[in-house]
Amino acid sequence: MTDWIAEPSNWVFLVLALVVAGAAIRVVTSTNVVHAALFLVLALGGTAGLFLLLSAEFVAWVLVLVYIGAVIVLFLFGIMITRAPTGPNVEVDHQRRAPAAMAAVLVFIVTAGSALTAFGDEQIGNLGGGTSTEVIGEQLLQRFVIPFEVVSFVLLAALIGGITLARKDASPAEEEAAEAEEVTV
Amino acid sequence: MLLNQFLILGALLFSLGIYGLLVRRNAVMVLLSIELMLNAVNINLVSFESFLRNTDVGGQIFAIFVITVAAAEVGIGLAIILMIFRNRTSANIDELDLMKW
Repeated sequence: MTDWIAEPSNWVFLVLALVVAGAAIRVVTSTNVVHAALFLVLALGGTAGLFLLLSAEFVAWVLVLVYIGAVIVLFLFGIMITRAPTGPNVEVDHQRRAPAAMAAVLVFIVTAGSALTAFGDEQIGNLGGGTSTEVIGEQLLQRFVIPFEVVSFVLLAALIGGITLARKDASPAEEEAAEAEEVTV
Repeated sequence: MLLNQFLILGALLFSLGIYGLLVRRNAVMVLLSIELMLNAVNINLVSFESFLRNTDVGGQIFAIFVITVAAAEVGIGLAIILMIFRNRTSANIDELDLMKW
C-alpha cells in the first residue's frame, strides 16, 4: 500500500477517479436533467484524463471530440426539444429505488470481485512513449479494416434512420385536408 | 499502477449506470446512464490494452468502435424519444404502456 501511494501516477489516478466517480454519482442522482448531462461531461473529461494516464492519447482526444463535443450537444438538444422537466421538485426517479440499488450493488460485487480474484497484483508496467496515432491508423486500415467499414455503414444507417425518424410527417388527417384544399383550389 | 484500480473504477461506473438505467423515468436520462455504462467498458478496454501491450493496439481500436457505435446509438435513441414525445406528449418511459397487456 505504501508503495502504491509512493508512485506519483497513482496520485493522478486517485484525483481523476474521485472526479469521475463523483460526477457519475451526480449523473444518476441529480434531479435536474441539464445538470445530469453536464455532470456526464465532467465524468467523460475525467475518463479522457485516465486515458492520457494510460498513454492512449488518440482515444482520449476522440473521446473529448466525439462525446464532449458532439454527443452532449445532442443530449442538450434532446432535453430542450422533449421539454424534459428541469425544475427542482419534479419526479425524475420512480419509487422503486431499492431493487435498482440492489441490482447495481450486486453487479458491482460480481464484477469487482472477479477482477480482484483474477488480477490480484498485476501491474501496468512502464508505459513509455505511449501509443502513436500512426500505429492506430495502420492497424485500423489493415487488421481491423472490416469492422472499420462495418462501423462506417452503421453510422450511415444511423444518419438516415435519424433523419427519417425525426422528420415531421403530416398525420393522415392533415394530408387529407391538404389534398381537399388542393382540389378546391 | 495496478490493473485492478482501473477495473474497479470501471465496475463502479458500470453499476452506477445500471442504477440510473433502472431508476430513471425520463428517457433522456436513461440514455445518459447508458453512456455511463459504455464509458465504463471503454475504461476496461483501454486499461487491458495498456496491460497486455499488444502490437496491434486492439483494445484502443475497440474503444474507438465503442465510441462510434455510442454516437450512432444516441442519434437514433434521441430521434425515437422525439417521436414518442410527439405522439404521446411525454418522454417518461413508465407512461409508455401502449403495448402492455
